[in-house]
Amino acid sequence: MSEKVTQEGVIAWLRAFAAAVAANREYLTDLDAAIGDADHGINMDRGMRAVLGKLPGAGEPEGADEPGELSQEGVGSLLKTVGMTLVSTVGGAAGPLFGTLFLEMGKAADGAAELTVAQWAAMLEAGVKGVQARGKAELGDKTMIDALVPAAQALNAAAAGGLSLADTLWGAAEAAEQGMKATIPLVARKGRASYLGERSAGHQDPGATSSWLLMQTAAEALAPGAPAERPGA
Amino acid sequence: MKKLINRPEDAVKDELEGIAAAHADRLRVHTGPNYIVRADAPVQGKVAIVSGGGSGHEPMHGGFVGMGMLDAACPGDVFTCPTPDQMLEAAKVVNGGAGVLLIVKNYTGDVMNFEMAADLVRDEGIEVEPVVIDDDVAVKDSLYTAGRRGVGATVLAEKICGAAAEQRRPLPDVADLCRKVNANARSMGVALTSCTVPMAGKPTFELGADEMEIGIGIHGEPGRERRTLAPAHEIVEALASAILDDLPFGRGDEVLAFVNGMGGTPLMELYVVYNELHKLLEGRGMAITRNLIGSYITALDMAGCSITLLRLDDELTALWDAPVNTTGLRWGV
Repeated sequence: MSEKVTQEGVIAWLRAFAAAVAANREYLTDLDAAIGDADHGINMDRGMRAVLGKLPGAGEPEGADEPGELSQEGVGSLLKTVGMTLVSTVGGAAGPLFGTLFLEMGKAADGAAELTVAQWAAMLEAGVKGVQARGKAELGDKTMIDALVPAAQALNAAAAGGLSLADTLWGAAEAAEQGMKATIPLVARKGRASYLGERSAGHQDPGATSSWLLMQTAAEALAPGAPAERPGA
Repeated sequence: MKKLINRPEDAVKDELEGIAAAHADRLRVHTGPNYIVRADAPVQGKVAIVSGGGSGHEPMHGGFVGMGMLDAACPGDVFTCPTPDQMLEAAKVVNGGAGVLLIVKNYTGDVMNFEMAADLVRDEGIEVEPVVIDDDVAVKDSLYTAGRRGVGATVLAEKICGAAAEQRRPLPDVADLCRKVNANARSMGVALTSCTVPMAGKPTFELGADEMEIGIGIHGEPGRERRTLAPAHEIVEALASAILDDLPFGRGDEVLAFVNGMGGTPLMELYVVYNELHKLLEGRGMAITRNLIGSYITALDMAGCSITLLRLDDELTALWDAPVNTTGLRWGV
């Protein structure tokens, strides 16, 4: 098993995330209907379809300027183009937030052809910082930050501890999942859900859920094999 | 759902084509990304004013593009904020060298998309300042919410800032003026029926035949409370009291009173509301020195209205009176 993430690996992750968003389109939208405006799954699916259309071997997708234009440019520009694509197609709050996540990850990965575990952790941390700056949410506000920050922390700890890529990515996915579930009892302090006050408690945050999918699909695409099959899991 | 549309997914596209066909003499409509600019853009040496928001609130914002008001409007999908690429392209097209003011309504998505657009516009070397409008007293403004929503004051700010820009006032002044309008304006609305988003095909919320929603948002978001329908004077009392207590407005204040239809309410009823508002304010020792009555910031086919009061001074009054020539507001020309 290679301990570096290649550009092909990043592309496999993006495809896996797009597939997970499509599969969970109704679920994400239903979560949003409870405390928001019932479009998170629809919007994210539209955005990731547009991203897919720009990946190599996409054929002749609708809306893509040039099919496969991302094939030769390195991880950084790949992620930046993903960010701009999401910004211009997702809309709502999720567009700028997920767009900023990928744009900042792209900046952090600029020039790299492949990423070590430490570079992967640093890249994600830069992305999460960008999301925090854009959305001004803090831990516990019942937002995507509640899934992303624990994931970034887990990645950093794993990288510092010299863990394998697989353990690192699955650890981040697990941290994101716990953070996502922890949003259920919270009262929203950001976004449309905040107007509901106490009525927002008891619902899982849709943005934290799609953020968990992002971490989960990174593990699935880059370190295949369920975590239960791995030693120590 | 009964609507004069072809396919729900084409409603905004068909609308933009209609605007382009109707007003080619004064507007240019660009699609992919979508924006509407005044035909004589860019106006050299003038601060360019760009706004935008979801479609379904017409005439806001596209109907306010023209001399004395907006230079560009960026329409999103129905009730969905536009994206930064639209705002960036629009800003580049209308920039006349004096910078760009972005007028933003306070919704989480709008604010983030416009802030991101501001970053992109700045990266192009264009001076830009976003100003957020948050005048709706119906929802709580606190550290624990996304803050108040932007509603009727947006129309007033666009008109007043547009006039200041025509006088070639610099960007910091026009932005300050926008904040001044926002600071002196308060609004609240009421819905008698829901609206129906074309793509959803069914009403956004349910309201009984004898019920109204006090404090409604312009996307059908719930407000303060649901009540049994009442005579106009009681509804106006409820809306106006919340507004007057908030600023607060006081005796001797001169105000602009804006009675706005939500899209499905006849002008006749808006004048009934205005009459009640006029009597109520007179009784409190306030004078309505300017008014605006009509459907200018709408929520598709929702029945209902909103009231916006703006405390005026000589500067705001003069700028309100200045000529404006848009498809939605037109005087002095």
